[in-house]
This record gives sequence, C-alpha cells and structure tokens, in this order.
Amino acid sequence: MSEKEIDGFSGVATTGHEWDGIKELDNPMPRWWQWTYYATVVWALAYMVAYPAWPLVRTATTGLLGHTTRGDLQNQLAAAEAAKADYVAAVAAKSVEEIFADPELRNFATAAGAAAFRVNCVQCHGSGATGSKGFPNLNDDEWLWGGKIADIQTTIAHGIRFAGDPDTRFSEMPGFRDMLQPAEISAVAHYVASLSGIAADAARSEAGKAVFADNCASCHGEDGKGMREVGGPDLSDAIALYVSDVGEIEQQIRNPHNGVMPGWQQRLGDTTVKELAVYVYSLGGGE
Amino acid sequence: MANVQEVETLDVEAVNSARVRQPLYAGRKKIFPKRAKGRFRSFKWLVMLVTLGIYYVTPWLRWDRGPFAPDQAVLVDLANRRFYFLFIEIWPQEFYYIAGLLVMAGFGLFLVTSSVGRAWCGYTCPQTVWVDLFLAIENRIEGDRNARIRLDQAPWTARKILLRTVKHALWLVVAVATGGAWIFYFADAPSLLGDLVSGTAAPVAYMTVAVLTTTTYVLGGLMREQVCTYMCPWPRIQAAMLDEHSLTVTYNDWRGEPRSRHAKKALAAGQPVGDCVDCNACVAVCPMGIDIREGQQLECITCALCIDACDNVMDTLGRERGLISYTTLADYNANMAVATAGGAQPITPALVRTPAGGLSDRLKHFRITDIVRLRTMIYFAAWSLVGLAMVYGLLTRDRLRVNVLHDRNPQFVRLADGSIRNGYTVKILNMVPEPRTIVVSIQGLTGATMSVGGLDQPEGRSFAVEVEPDRLKTMRIFIRQPAGHVAGASERFDLLVEDKSSFESDLYEATFESPGKK
Repeated sequence: MSEKEIDGFSGVATTGHEWDGIKELDNPMPRWWQWTYYATVVWALAYMVAYPAWPLVRTATTGLLGHTTRGDLQNQLAAAEAAKADYVAAVAAKSVEEIFADPELRNFATAAGAAAFRVNCVQCHGSGATGSKGFPNLNDDEWLWGGKIADIQTTIAHGIRFAGDPDTRFSEMPGFRDMLQPAEISAVAHYVASLSGIAADAARSEAGKAVFADNCASCHGEDGKGMREVGGPDLSDAIALYVSDVGEIEQQIRNPHNGVMPGWQQRLGDTTVKELAVYVYSLGGGE
Repeated sequence: MANVQEVETLDVEAVNSARVRQPLYAGRKKIFPKRAKGRFRSFKWLVMLVTLGIYYVTPWLRWDRGPFAPDQAVLVDLANRRFYFLFIEIWPQEFYYIAGLLVMAGFGLFLVTSSVGRAWCGYTCPQTVWVDLFLAIENRIEGDRNARIRLDQAPWTARKILLRTVKHALWLVVAVATGGAWIFYFADAPSLLGDLVSGTAAPVAYMTVAVLTTTTYVLGGLMREQVCTYMCPWPRIQAAMLDEHSLTVTYNDWRGEPRSRHAKKALAAGQPVGDCVDCNACVAVCPMGIDIREGQQLECITCALCIDACDNVMDTLGRERGLISYTTLADYNANMAVATAGGAQPITPALVRTPAGGLSDRLKHFRITDIVRLRTMIYFAAWSLVGLAMVYGLLTRDRLRVNVLHDRNPQFVRLADGSIRNGYTVKILNMVPEPRTIVVSIQGLTGATMSVGGLDQPEGRSFAVEVEPDRLKTMRIFIRQPAGHVAGASERFDLLVEDKSSFESDLYEATFESPGKK
C-alpha cells in the first residue's frame, strides 16, 4: 500500500480500498466494541484452559474443570435418583394398601408404575391397559385372580401359569373334545352364551344346562359366576377374554386357551411391582 | 429597562449542540448542571419524593387476606405463581390483566406525550429520578457547578480524594438501597430483610441486589445523560408522538432575539434588542448539556429547569416570564409570524410589544383546552376502554373454575355388568384464599353415576369435596352409564361445580364416549 490518503471531507484516513470510486474511511472502532472484543479473547483463552478444547490423536485435552457431557448426564441422573430416594424407600417399606392410602405416596407410585407399565406391560396389555383378545383389559372390573390391590400385586409378582415361579397363579381348563360328545359341547356352549346374553338357541341352551352342571360347575360355579380360588372365570358377565360368540365358546371348550403371564418379581424387584400394582389399581376397576 | 448588570453571565457551552456536532468517537465531555430554583425544580423535588416514596414504601404495606394468603399488599410470588395487589389476586392464567396494564401504560404514554410532551422523561422516568438524586448528593458533597468544575480540574489532593470517596460511597448506598428495595416485591419483606442481613437469603436475592446496584450506580451516577441520548429508544419514538399542538419546552426567539449582552448600549445606538441577555443560565442548569435556544432537540427531556433559570433572570430584569416556556409549535409559529410581520422582515422586538412596553395582545398563549383535540381524545378513549374492560373483567371474573380432560386411552371401558365407564381428569380451581367445599355434579347423561379415584365416596350423581385455599385440586373421576341408557357413540353432558355458600359455580361441557349401537 502506498501513502495514507486523507479524505478531504471528513479529514479521516481511508483504508486504501476502493469500489467503483467509493472509499472506506479508516475510522477507529467504537471503544465499547473494542473492549468487548478483547473480553471475548480473554474469555476464549480461559475457556480453552478450563474446558476440553484441543483434539489429540485418541483423546482431547480435558481442561482444568474436568467437565464431560457424559459426567454431566450421570450427575443429573444421580440427582434425579437422589430426589426421589425418600419416596422409593417409603414404597419399599410399606404395603401396597398403605401406599394407596397416602395421597402423596399414591401419586408417586402411580406415576412410577405408569412408567414401568409402558416399558414392561404394554406389549400385551396395550398402552391404555385395554388389552385385546386373549389379553385382559385392566381398566374393567372383571378380575380373574382378584381385583384387590394385594391380589393385583401377587399376580404381577408371580405371574400366571409362569413356569419360572413356583408361587405362580395356576389353573388349567381341560380340553373337552374327547370327554364330551359334539352335541353336548354345542349344547353347553349355547348355555354359556345365554348366561352372558350372547345370542343362543333356547332349546339347546336348556339341554346344555345339565352338561354344565356335571362338567363345568366345579370350577365355574353352579350359576357360572366363576370361582376365583381355582381361577375359574365368571361366564355370566359382559366381559370375556377369548370369546364373543357361540362358535368361539365351542372352540374354547374343545381346545381351551390357557394364557401365560410372566412373573415380574425377579426381574423388576419388589418396589417396581408395588408401583405397578398401585398404577393398575388406579385405572378404575380395582375392588 | 432594568439593570442588565445584575444578571451574571455564565461561561458555559452546550455539550450537545446541533450546530457543532461532536465527532462520533470523541470522549464524553462532562456536564456540571447548576442547581435551578423555581416552580419546576420544586415540582421535580415533589415528584422525586412521591415516586421514590412509592418505590421504597410499597413492599412494606400490609393487607390482611386471612390465614391462607400472604399479608403483603403488593407481592409477586414467583414460587407459588401468584400476584397480589391489594384486594386483587392474579393467577398465571389471568396474566392478561398485566398485559392490559401494559397496554394502558402504552396508551397513557401516548396521551401524555401528545399533550404535554416528554413529561415522562422530564419528571417520572426512573433514570431521571435517580440521576436527580445522584446530582443532589453530588451537589451536597462537592458544591454547585463552579465548585464541581474546580474540583474536577484540581489535582488529586487529600481533600479531593475525601470528597470523591464520600460521594461515591453515598451513591453506592443509594444503589444498594435501590436493588435492595426491588427484591422486597418478590418475597415477604420483613422476613426477607432479616434473611438478607443474616446472610441466609436465597442467592438469587443477593444476585439481584448486586445487578441492580451496579446498574443504578453506573446508569444513574456515571453515565447519566448518555443513557437518555444513546441507549433509550424513547427519544426516537417521541417524534411520532408529538405534533404541533403538543407542549414542548421552547425558547421563544420571537421575543428573545436579537439577543444582546449589552442591551443599553445597543438601545442607545438605536438597534433592536430582544429579551434574551445571553446570560447562558438556561445552558448551565441543563442536565442534558444542551442549549434550548437552538430549538427542539433529541436530547431535551423537557425537565423545564431552563424555564426556571430563565424566569429568575426575567424577574431580575423586570420583564415578563416565559422567554423560555412550555409552548406548542402552533402557538410558536403564530407568534413568530407576529414578530416577523408574516416573515417579511427579521425578528423585530417592536412588533411583539405594545407602545407601553407590554407584550402585544396579538400573541397566542397556551390554554388548557388546547389539550382536548381528536388525537388526545382517541388516546384517552382507548386508554379508558382498556381500563373499563379490565375493571369489568375483575368484577365479574370467576374465582371457581373447573377443567375436565377426557381420558384418551381408553376412551371407554365396558364393565362386567355391561355398563360403560369413562374416565376423566377433573381440575377444580379454588382461586380464593379460603378452604371451600365444592359440590361436583353431573348435568344430563341419564342414569349415569360417578365415583372418584382415591376418595371413599358412594357412587352417585354428585359428591362434595374439600378444596384447599388458593389451590388447584386434581381428581380422577369415573362416570358409569348402565347398559340400558347408553345412547350413542358420543353424548354431551355438563359437569357442574358449585360452592353452595357463595353460590359461585362453573360448568364444563364434556363428552361421554361409548361403543355405540351395533
């Protein structure tokens, strides 16, 4: 660059750059701007020393503060765990009835149970716990193994027909295809359908009554209202796990489904099982 | 003509002058405003007393709201998300009242500015009030203008160090008190003061005090007029707010010019002489460092101290007050036309004077009715409408509300007896600081009954529930409709909440979902 050129109008030196006759004045930076700039430089240097900055071959400089994002996450998780530690301890120490009776603890257990439910239970029972054919709806008031909160806890803990737990709930309906004549099976199916108001043939239903009393009442009760102690479902109400018409009832008599639910005690531990029990109970169908 | 010699001519130059613009990168020239005396100065002292009084005293006022709410008259309770103002309590969802206040403040500012100019800047802006306070302290410690200039130029003697230390220490005390008063609006003032002194208050309290101490000290003590000139947007906006009927502080050059420091000599020589004796008193008192005689300027905050200064000079000279005055541009132009015979000649003092020496009755003066004009009426109407709407809203607002959220999954549940059940999350807002018994009932939905999750309550069409004072109560409600009554896929009904003692109620239209008829 040659000599400094002074702009005649403002008396300020130009930078020497020119665009189509327009020249740029070499005015000084505003002082506040300059000081802010220096401050950012100082900040950057300090940041470089304090925090991880320079990439090395396999790692990077760690910085004096020893900060890592992974460590940050761990700290936050630990803080979250610590924040709920009191509640978790209380859930562990108390019975499910006591937990449910305490509004604050119930709120906590319901929320925790809902979270555990979404991870472990929705695969069969659905995200709204409404179930589907063969998988019970947990919102309604039909309970195969009891709808008291402690009953629910036992069912979740030990499962149903679960081979891995000796305390599991167990019942097994035998297949009647070899024990009863096809006409008898048809008759009793019509009778069972009539109990819960499913369309059925009156004559055959009448004929099935005796067959029912001889073969089914021992588990399902004289009136078909079920026997929980042996896991015999109520056949007289509006809810059925596997059937919705006479044909399906016949199918179920000949060759019954016996659904399996795993026990969760071993996998999730006592506390989570309690939380799940409180959550399921809070869905509205609990007894 | 009176004794011109009695008026002291001050050696002062306008720091911010429209005629001689400083280069943008020049260092700041210090301004040493002289203490003014007069009507406007007294008024400013009064305004300072009132505004600072409101600011410092308000958090300490008590207001009895019963045992379930704080007894502080004005409290912004951020932790519990409540705002208390005397008998008014505002919940976060009623924040539109605050928005309404801000709208009113906006229209109020428009109204004030279009009628009396930048009165906000000149009298009540916190920057103005605190700078005034800081200047008063400076004046008390270091003396008036001349003494302060001498001290500023003097070498650093023990006396100067002492005076400066005392001044800055006092400024800091004011600054700390400013920040300290602010936080009392956000917590119970007496207990917070105790915590603050004993060092047990929340860190955010100390941080707030520190930040406000810094801003008060820096903006009020050190930067002063630069805040108004360079940082504040209002001087730019005001141009759109002012019109030719707005009052501004005006130098009436139709009366003052031609100015002369040697009026007698000039008169003797037969030259025309105006009222201005060019004593610079108006420049010396200006906290913004301008010369008002150069006309309306961006920097002028219309504090009217130059009016006081000039009026005193005019009194001494035995001439009419108002050489510098609150004047509208329309009046000024009319009077200018008189003084220049409609622009035909330069300002001629003889034209504005009667032969007897008084001011001509052809001159226009401000009348209070000039404020009433279409523009100000529109501002006033808008301002009052918002205000009335808010008053109406406050008088008729609900203090009991209910929100109902239908379960989305499952939408309905079939029960063992064939009936259909729907689940709802019901939120009852008890917005008064008293515990209340609220009766919840179903309106419509034939045959339906409800039960409450976690509440031992027989199923029925209604139930009563205790709601804590000033709280929201969330409940799970299950509504069951017997199989025979289920009407269709979706049925409307109302959930009614009532306070039987105050007859307040609220209604929520909800939906009952069912599988429908097949």
